[in-house]
Amino acid sequence: MDDLLREFLTETFESLDVVDVELVKFEQEPNNAKILDNIFRLVHTIKGTCGFLGLPRLEAIAHAAETLMGKFRDGVPVTPESVSLVLSSIDRIKEILGELEMSNGQEPAGDDQDLIKELERLSESADSGELAAQATGDTVPAAEAATDEAVTEGEDIYQVLERPLRPGEVSLDELERAFREAEVEIEVATAEDDEDSDASEQETETPAAPPAPVTQSDSVDIKIASNKPEGEAKKEEVKNPSARSSNGQGVSNQSIRVAVDTLEDLMTMVSELVLTRNQLLEIVRRHEDSEFKVPLQRLSNVTAELQEGVMKTRMQPIGNAWQKLPRIVRDLSQELQKPISLEMIGADTELDRQVLELIKDPLTHMIRNSADHGLENPAERVAAGKPEKGTITLSAYHEGGHILIEVRDDGRGLNLDKIKQKALANGLTTEAELEKMADQQIQKFIFAAGFSTAAKVTSVSGRGVGMDVVRNNVEEIGGSIDVRSQEGRGSSFIIKIPLTLAIVSTLIVEASGDRFAIPQLSVVELVRVQSNSEHRIERIKDRPVLRLRNKLLPLVPMSQLLGFEQEEQLDEDNGFIVVMQVGSQRFGVVVDGVFHTEEIVVKPMSSMLRNLTMFSGNTILGDGSVIMIIDPNGVASAMASHASGALVEEVEEKAEEISEEQMDGDAPISMLLFRAGSAEPKAVPLSLVTRLEEFDVAKIERSNGRDLVQYRGSLMPLVYINETSQHKSEGTQPMLVFSDSGRSMGLVVDEIVDIVEDRMKIEVVSDRSGILGSAIIKEKATEVIDLGHYLPLAFDDWFMRKEMQEGPSHRTLLFVDDSAFFRNMLTPVLKAAGYEVTVCASAQAAYELLEKGEEYSAIVTDIEMPDINGYQFCESLRGDTRFRHLPIIALSAVVTPQSIQQGRDAGFDDYVAKFDRPGLIAALKDVFTNEMGVAA
Amino acid sequence: MSNYAATNNNEQLHNSSEHVQYVTVVIGGQLFGLQISQVHDVFVPEKVTRVPLAPPEVEGVLNLRGRIVTAINMRRRLHLPPLEEDQGMMAVGIEFKGESYGLVIDAVGEVLSLPVNEREENPSNLDWRWAEISGGVHRLPGQLMVILDVDKLLQSLIEPKAA
Repeated sequence: MDDLLREFLTETFESLDVVDVELVKFEQEPNNAKILDNIFRLVHTIKGTCGFLGLPRLEAIAHAAETLMGKFRDGVPVTPESVSLVLSSIDRIKEILGELEMSNGQEPAGDDQDLIKELERLSESADSGELAAQATGDTVPAAEAATDEAVTEGEDIYQVLERPLRPGEVSLDELERAFREAEVEIEVATAEDDEDSDASEQETETPAAPPAPVTQSDSVDIKIASNKPEGEAKKEEVKNPSARSSNGQGVSNQSIRVAVDTLEDLMTMVSELVLTRNQLLEIVRRHEDSEFKVPLQRLSNVTAELQEGVMKTRMQPIGNAWQKLPRIVRDLSQELQKPISLEMIGADTELDRQVLELIKDPLTHMIRNSADHGLENPAERVAAGKPEKGTITLSAYHEGGHILIEVRDDGRGLNLDKIKQKALANGLTTEAELEKMADQQIQKFIFAAGFSTAAKVTSVSGRGVGMDVVRNNVEEIGGSIDVRSQEGRGSSFIIKIPLTLAIVSTLIVEASGDRFAIPQLSVVELVRVQSNSEHRIERIKDRPVLRLRNKLLPLVPMSQLLGFEQEEQLDEDNGFIVVMQVGSQRFGVVVDGVFHTEEIVVKPMSSMLRNLTMFSGNTILGDGSVIMIIDPNGVASAMASHASGALVEEVEEKAEEISEEQMDGDAPISMLLFRAGSAEPKAVPLSLVTRLEEFDVAKIERSNGRDLVQYRGSLMPLVYINETSQHKSEGTQPMLVFSDSGRSMGLVVDEIVDIVEDRMKIEVVSDRSGILGSAIIKEKATEVIDLGHYLPLAFDDWFMRKEMQEGPSHRTLLFVDDSAFFRNMLTPVLKAAGYEVTVCASAQAAYELLEKGEEYSAIVTDIEMPDINGYQFCESLRGDTRFRHLPIIALSAVVTPQSIQQGRDAGFDDYVAKFDRPGLIAALKDVFTNEMGVAA
Repeated sequence: MSNYAATNNNEQLHNSSEHVQYVTVVIGGQLFGLQISQVHDVFVPEKVTRVPLAPPEVEGVLNLRGRIVTAINMRRRLHLPPLEEDQGMMAVGIEFKGESYGLVIDAVGEVLSLPVNEREENPSNLDWRWAEISGGVHRLPGQLMVILDVDKLLQSLIEPKAA
């Protein structure tokens, strides 16, 4: 795209935004000629430039719109219909410009006749209306005069334009004649350049002559200036400049345009300077009487000023983000049929342009919300004794290093009862908690995800994705949002955001030997941990908490958040708790040490690390080392996901973690002990159990020869451990629910005994179906049940959907499967067959183990795995000399000749169906026998 | 082979159609070559800050003359055993899409100018994790030099994470 066009696009977008705002103003004050002039001039400029750049589509629309506005200027009454039409033309122009920008300067194909016709129709009806009103016929509207005369006036050389004239357009003949009649020495330049603004200014000069300032029958806009007596025309010229600047239209020569990139670069350089200064200060701090001290102090001051200065260049008035709002409110007001006035206070409050960009959308959303369900209908308002017209007030002001933006309406306010109901319905809270909450706390529920109290969804808002998105957006830039509302009086939303994102004050802390920076904004206080003081870490079900001023503060060790440790080993005597607040969430992060606070310049992380939500960036500290900056939002969401975990999920998660680490089959695992059928206890790994439930026996239904219960909206088949045993006929029936990939089955047991943590070492392998064997658990012989037997009883194809694996005894096996379910399920099977099993959740993890030099007698791998599938895994192992002869067995739910062939091609020694456990054992035996043969 | 070169390499290659200059590095005993135009600088990585939760290949981040560089452990990327303790490390600075990366390697060799038409495609039995980031092989007297395709390497590290 050439520079000219780019410049044009930038300018035009800017002008269009102004036109939007001005038009809305104009609609309210149709007699304000200054506003109209301004709009007219802008549209005219757009039209002119488009013609010049060869953009016929844009030109045509701009022209038609201009013509209509010309009519307003001629005194035709302004109607909402016509303003809407002009606004939609502006929208169309924006649309085309947008495409123009994307397509690198190619005007998109398309037809705007619909709009143009409509615009022309209005212009013409305006004409006729005007004619009727103007009883005397001596005022002929320009357009008609032009077209008529173009044909009738024969005295001029007849000039042909290759297209028909549009209404309001001046024929070439007219133009020619105008030139001829014009007194030669007068301002041809002005007439050409700026004809319309000149003309319009003239009209403001002569307000005495409305509605038709043009009184000569042959006059056209272009001629007004030149037809005036010379003296007057000159006076005009003299007046023009002052008139313009008083209109605020004068191009200020006190400012220059600078590319944003240049400023960004400058900002980066200053940031570097700040860092270097910090480094120097650090050095000088260590040398008491350094002669550098004084000059450095000076450098430090200058740097600070420079930093401030550059920051200023990035500052923009918040009004820029508000520019579109009047238009939006106007449209909403029409759509919702509520008169609304929008007041904007503090539009010149400045903030960093980066922040400005980021709050535009949330603000728009909030305004829409206020207009749609904040304000009542006119009738309701009158009934409530309020003025019919609703008011939305938008204000902005500075406070400390922050900017506060408030969106206030005088509408109905938030309905506490509705919010309570909704919060209960969404399971966000309980009745008991609600009782204790202050109104303000209850109101804050509107920021929860999926929360909308609007009874019905309108096109404007009420989809329940509203305020939580706003909150997220605001929090993403380190801000916060609050609501205050009084029922019947209105609501007010207050957004608090930092002035700039570039420089942050942080607290430097240490965890697991590394330092991290936590933004001060989210740090509420620091608490020192001491086991013998009141600030003592206590635990509820292993989760650490702290009593802080009669409130319970959930804690999480930083090292755990960062994945350094799996188990929480808190040094209960030597630690600090950084109390953080993110939105309404308050929690404590336990760190090993707290250093000082430091102003840092946030640098974005490389794209390789950008997916880490725990960090918002990194920076260079005074001592030259790089430090990661903790993102409080990331911590908060990690906390939230931690906290919401129910017991079983938690166990599952742990199991998951363990197996990811490389689950050693000998590690203790949680077992669920229960009784079913016989007196001896039975056990199943707890991690396989999704839930423990009790059902009223009466709820068990029989259908198609099997027992079912309705469970979470669908039917769950029940399987009895011991088919022959007596089924209860009344009371409740405990069962273990197993779920995988959306299916559930209930295993009916007689009694749930206990949950224990123990090694599962199967001592006696069983031949009985359904029992893997016996193990000593809690010093008692316990039957370990074989889920593999029961699951297909509920769904024949349970194993078809996934794959599993296993291996033989006295040898080490590496078992790779992405499904925790099958990992847990098959490990006992393989161990029962006498193998030592190491489990990996992915091929990647398996590579790592192999890289570490771990040796295995064989590998059993699932085929269908994300990222690297079993075929790829096998192929790559075969490509490595170390593993060329390692037996590898594939496990798959899909067993077809093709898949077996593919497995063979990939280098698998054998290919076993996932549910064929005897087959797997046999295959393992087989490969080992072969291997021995080869070795021998 | 020259086909391969033509499709796989950008204009720089066409400009100097005859020869390409490589900076050679050693990783786990294997000689690799990086196109000299892609190498920004060579430095000794110091005070590397580890990045918790990052992909295993990421050694950490470090400050190189005021810029933050993401260091990538090439041994880990190539699935080679880690370097023995106390053996000096070197890093090759790379600019990729406006960001600075450092490839941590064992040692830097020399600059070689090699004719394009001597480049050979990856042998078909090359470990796929290597083949993924290799742009071919040069037969040098006494040893082979694997061409390290920096773009592919970094892309392979960035993309799976983005997905």
